Amino acid sequence: MSKILVGLKRVVDYNVRVRVKPDGTGVVTEGVKMSINPFDEIALEEALRIKEKGGASEVIVASIGPADTQQQLRTGLAMGADRAILVQSDSPIEPLAAARVFLKLIEKEAPQIVLLGKQGIDDDNNQTGQMLAALWNRPQATFASKVELEGDKAKVTREVDAGLETIEVDLPAVLTTDLRLNEPRYVKLPDIMKAKKKPLETLALADLGVDAASQFKALKYEPPAARSKGIMVKDVSELVAALKQKGLV
Amino acid sequence: MTKILIVAEHSGGKLNPSTAKCVACASKIEGAEIDIAVLAADAAAVATQAAAIAGVKRVLKVENAANAEPLAALLAPQVAALAANYTHVFGPSTTFGKDLMPRVAALLGVGQLSDVMAVESAYRFRRPVYAGNAVITVEAPQDKKLVLTVRTASFQAAPEGGSAAVEAANVSAELPTHTRFVGRSAAATGRPDLQTASRVVSGGRALGSADNFKIIYSLADKLGAGVGASRAAVDAGYAANDLQVGQTGKIIAPELYIAIGISGAIQHLTGIKDARTIVAINKDAEAPIFEVADIGLVGDLFTILPELEKALG
Repeated sequence: MSKILVGLKRVVDYNVRVRVKPDGTGVVTEGVKMSINPFDEIALEEALRIKEKGGASEVIVASIGPADTQQQLRTGLAMGADRAILVQSDSPIEPLAAARVFLKLIEKEAPQIVLLGKQGIDDDNNQTGQMLAALWNRPQATFASKVELEGDKAKVTREVDAGLETIEVDLPAVLTTDLRLNEPRYVKLPDIMKAKKKPLETLALADLGVDAASQFKALKYEPPAARSKGIMVKDVSELVAALKQKGLV
Repeated sequence: MTKILIVAEHSGGKLNPSTAKCVACASKIEGAEIDIAVLAADAAAVATQAAAIAGVKRVLKVENAANAEPLAALLAPQVAALAANYTHVFGPSTTFGKDLMPRVAALLGVGQLSDVMAVESAYRFRRPVYAGNAVITVEAPQDKKLVLTVRTASFQAAPEGGSAAVEAANVSAELPTHTRFVGRSAAATGRPDLQTASRVVSGGRALGSADNFKIIYSLADKLGAGVGASRAAVDAGYAANDLQVGQTGKIIAPELYIAIGISGAIQHLTGIKDARTIVAINKDAEAPIFEVADIGLVGDLFTILPELEKALG
C-alpha cells in the first residue's frame, strides 16, 4: 500500500498581526504564536481522508525548521499522521532548497502522493510544490480544490483565475492545496496524548547532502505604505456626492 | 546585457493583459531587451497582439499541439530551453504564472522571486511578504538566471504601438505525457474581468446567503463593474472561488473598489491596497475596512444598496 508525504511548515499564526522590526532586519517573531501553515493543515487533512477511505496505508508529515518545529509535527501527529520527520535547520531556507530536501525524503520513503500547501503565509512564495515536481520529474496539480483518486491516477480540480480547471495526473505526483479542498479537523485531547508516542525522526539538514545555500539576499524589511485615512459620509446622498466629486460616477 | 524573456499568458486566441503588465515591469530595467514567448497550438493571433506591445523586440512562437492547454508540466521544459539565451525570465503572478514559473526555475536549477511589485535594478526588486504586512527589498545574484513573477496589480499595462518581429522558435524539449487536461468550467458572466476591471463591487460575509449576494451583482451591473468577494463569502458558498480577492485570491488595483459587508481582514486588504479609491459600506463602525477606506458609510447594506442603486439612476 502506498504512502502519502505531507509537508508542514511552521509559520507565524494566521491571526497574528505581523510587524516589521524597527531596524528593518525582519519581522517580529519573538513571543509570537507559531502554527502549522493553514494550507499545509488542509494538505494533511486531505491525506488523512485518503487514508481513511483506504487510498493509502501511511501518512508521513515532514518539516524543515528549528527544533521547536517538533510542536507543529506533534500537532500533525495528533491530527492523525502516523509518523513525522523533522529536517532540522536553524536558519530559514528558500523554496528551491526545501524542494531539494523533500526530494531526498521522497527517495527514502517512495510516496505515491506528496501533498503540500500551495503557499506559506509567511513568505507567500507559492513555489515549493512546483519546484519539487520539476526536480522529481513528476506531475504537479497545484491549487487543488478537489482530489479524486482512480487507481494510479488522480483527477484534480484546480482553482484558477478563470474558474475551475480539471486535470488528470499519473501517480506519483505532487499536489498543492487551495483553501476550499476541505476543512481540517480539530485535534482532541486524547489524540494529543497518543501523538506523544508516535515516532518523530530528526535529521540534520547538513547530513542530507543537499545544496541549501540561499540565492537571494533580503536587504531590508519595511512596513507597507499606509493609505491615508479617508472621510466618513452619513448617508447615500453624501456617498454619491463624494463619488461624483472624485469623478467616479 | 539584460535580456528578458516574458512568457505570454493567453486563452482562446486572446492575450491576457497580464502580459503587457510584465512588459511594463521589464521596461523598468534600463537597457533591457524584451522578448515574449507565445506557447500555443496555433500562436499566430496571440503573437500579433504581443508584437503590438510597446517595448517588445521579438515575439517567439512556439507551436505544438501539446501546447493547446497551459499545462505547467508540458510548458516548463520548453520555457527552460528558450531561457538559454536570456538573463531573466518573467511570468505574471496569476494562477497561470504561479503554476508554471517555479517549475521553470527548478528546471534551470535556480530560485524564483515571486510577486515583484517594484524594480530597483536588474537584480534588485521589492516584493510583499506576510500578506503585505511587510515589503522586502531583495537582491539576486548576477551570475544566475533570474526567474520572477510580476505582481500585475503593481504595474500599468505597457501601451500598444510596438512592432516587434514575430519569429517561429524551434524548441527541443522532451514533453511528458503524465499530465492531461480534462476540462474547465468558467462562469461566463458578461461582466468585466475582476483582475482588469476599472470598477469592482465586492461582497462579504454580511450578505448572508448566495441569494442575497445578487444585490452585489445588481449594483455591479449598474456601475459596469466587475464582482469580487471576501474569502468568508466564498467559503460560505455565497460566491464562486474565482471572485475571491486577497492574499490567496486575486490581487487587484481598480480605480474604484466598493467593499460591501466586508470587515477587512489583513488578508483581504492586501488584495485591494493598490485600488485608487476604496469605498466601504459596513454596519460595524469599528470594522478595519474603514481604516483603509477613502469613503466610509456605516449602516445596513440591505437598506443602503437599493438606495444607492436608485441614486445612481
